[in-house]
Amino acid sequence: MIQEVGTTEQGELVINLGPQHPSTHGVLHLVITLSGETIKKVEPHLGYIHRSIEKMCESLSYRQFIYVTSRMDYLSSHINNHGCALCVEKGMQIEVPPRAKVIRVLMDELTRLASHQLWWGAMAMDVGALTPFFHAFREREAINDIMEETCGARLTMNYMVPGGVMADLHPDFQKKVKEFIRFFRTKIDEYDELVTGNVIFKSRMEGIGYLSAESAVSYGCTGPTARGSGVSCDIRKLYPYEVYGQLQFEEVTATGGDCFARYMVRMQEMRQSLSIIEQLIDNIPEGEFQAKTKAVLKLPKGEFYSRVETARGEFGVYIISEGGTTPYRIKFRSPGFSNLSALDHMARGYKIGDLVAIMGTLDLVIPDIDR
Amino acid sequence: MLSIENITHSIDAWLNSMFHPTVVLLVESLIVGICAISLFAVLGLVLVLMERKVSAYMQIRLGPNRVGPGGTLQTVADTLKLAMKEGLTPDGADKFLFNLAPFVVIIVAMLILAPVAFAKGTQIWDLNIGVLYISAVSSLSVIGILMAGWASNNKYSLLGAMRSGAQIVSYELSAGISVISIVVLTGSLRIQDIIASQQDGWWLFKGHIPALLSFVIFIIAVTAETNRAPFDLAEAESELTAGFHTEYSGMKFALFFLAEYVNIFIVCAIAATLYLGGWMPLHIGHWTGFNQVMDYIPSSLWFMGKTFFLIFVIMWFRWTFPRLRIDQLLNLEWKYLLPISMVNLLLMTLIAIEGWHF
Repeated sequence: MIQEVGTTEQGELVINLGPQHPSTHGVLHLVITLSGETIKKVEPHLGYIHRSIEKMCESLSYRQFIYVTSRMDYLSSHINNHGCALCVEKGMQIEVPPRAKVIRVLMDELTRLASHQLWWGAMAMDVGALTPFFHAFREREAINDIMEETCGARLTMNYMVPGGVMADLHPDFQKKVKEFIRFFRTKIDEYDELVTGNVIFKSRMEGIGYLSAESAVSYGCTGPTARGSGVSCDIRKLYPYEVYGQLQFEEVTATGGDCFARYMVRMQEMRQSLSIIEQLIDNIPEGEFQAKTKAVLKLPKGEFYSRVETARGEFGVYIISEGGTTPYRIKFRSPGFSNLSALDHMARGYKIGDLVAIMGTLDLVIPDIDR
Repeated sequence: MLSIENITHSIDAWLNSMFHPTVVLLVESLIVGICAISLFAVLGLVLVLMERKVSAYMQIRLGPNRVGPGGTLQTVADTLKLAMKEGLTPDGADKFLFNLAPFVVIIVAMLILAPVAFAKGTQIWDLNIGVLYISAVSSLSVIGILMAGWASNNKYSLLGAMRSGAQIVSYELSAGISVISIVVLTGSLRIQDIIASQQDGWWLFKGHIPALLSFVIFIIAVTAETNRAPFDLAEAESELTAGFHTEYSGMKFALFFLAEYVNIFIVCAIAATLYLGGWMPLHIGHWTGFNQVMDYIPSSLWFMGKTFFLIFVIMWFRWTFPRLRIDQLLNLEWKYLLPISMVNLLLMTLIAIEGWHF
């Protein structure tokens, strides 16, 4: 139903936040109903950047469609590709060489770090601190450089192929990553000093945007959003893929359910990612980086599903194959869509400033929601 | 020694010897007006550049470095760009109020400039209620902001203006009380008297802890009054896009922008006058040698140094702190700053009566 935009009879004010608004991080359109500064209702309107990626994938071969998914959640593009590659490998029953597995996990975690860094900067910007954004980008730049060397690209790496990765690691990879870890370990403490401990920041975060564990589950929230409410949902722990089963790391959860809990979960996840990289960087097995596969991949008739943990939550790939060279139907389960659906529930009763903070902790990537 | 005071006096004497006193007054008013307006423009240019350079320094960037040597002419280029842009008036806006609002804001900023003492003997108007005048006129700027927000016919502008109204009216109180606590010490509202009373040391050091407290409260309050981060709720980029001046473009926007920076300069100048001795050099008790050396530094340099230091501090706030929420902002004022400054005023009165200050 299309609503007349304007002041309603109860003295409520309807505001269109977006699609061009500095804090929606893209083209999200929120229709918010206000009573004074207090939020009565938030209605996300989607579709501004819908590119029908799922339909597009139906006409692309199993090698090609992976790279379209980089354009969905562009901040964890590598992890998206990973999910698709896993699904194809599951269907084809390709055995991925151990070296490729480790490289994939390393890249996943680097991507997760880069994504969380950007989130941290954008989050601070949402609550009004502009400087952290630049600090976050300085560190992110180091990761991008590492990616560029090995994958040839900085944002949409397209490094995954069914059966492994596209090319071997750059000779400098290990050295650069170790340097980065040493560098970033000090910087992440600086993040905490600059933002986490700040009185104003805490007061903007604590007790805001409460999401109970039950609501998180019923809205289908995943990733740090759900883990901030104490829901254990890390795919890397629950359904380990690649080498995650053999690694020592903790699933970070917090019980607060508020913005600060979600914030802390992401901050801790960065530390966990660093430790995962540290465990793997000296133990990259020798061997092939790519399994021998046929030139033309044909998935057997059937339905295949695989899931991975992106920086935002659970990313699922569901392929229905009729036995041809292209999928018959493909469906992506993107974490952002479900997380966004909880926004109205979380924001009601809080102020406009809080809405922006809540959106910040959801870490929305709009192309991921619209697809 | 060549000082601004001597120059003004010689001009005055020369004019008086040539013309009738009424003509002299008219000519002098004109000269002062032109000086004030050019000072305004120069301040705007310098402060905007300073803000950009300070923020660049804090954000590991270079800042403007292309136009002119080291980017110094960047603001000139920006002003030219803004002057050439079309000044849009949105449909449905109250045209008269919409176009009037930037002028109200900028005229208020200009009016406050009058009693500010820039150097020894350099003051546009040394009126005997200088401090009161500043407090009174500075509260007028909220009218311009409310006008802009209301006349824009934009919901973001309206919210920004309402926030700004609540904020400026609240923080006026603790700023005023902080000013009064210095007036209690000096016993005069005249700016020159306040500066003269700091001959042997600045009130910040002479007035014990209450002076320090009222200085801190004053800085917080004026940061809020000038709508600067962390109290920039009236603009609140991430929430209200640009707050009360969302709909303004071209030169009308530039006037708001200019007024903001001149307001920062003025409040810092007042803080420097009240707490750091204005143009008075740093004097320490009976250290005659030290005091004489300090006297050699021109008074205008002292004034500008102090003011720009305070401006730097306020810019530092902006690029460090996150923004408060509107209810937190009002809580801070009504529940913390106002009671503290009231008790502080009481203590200050005690100090002034007992003569405990140095």
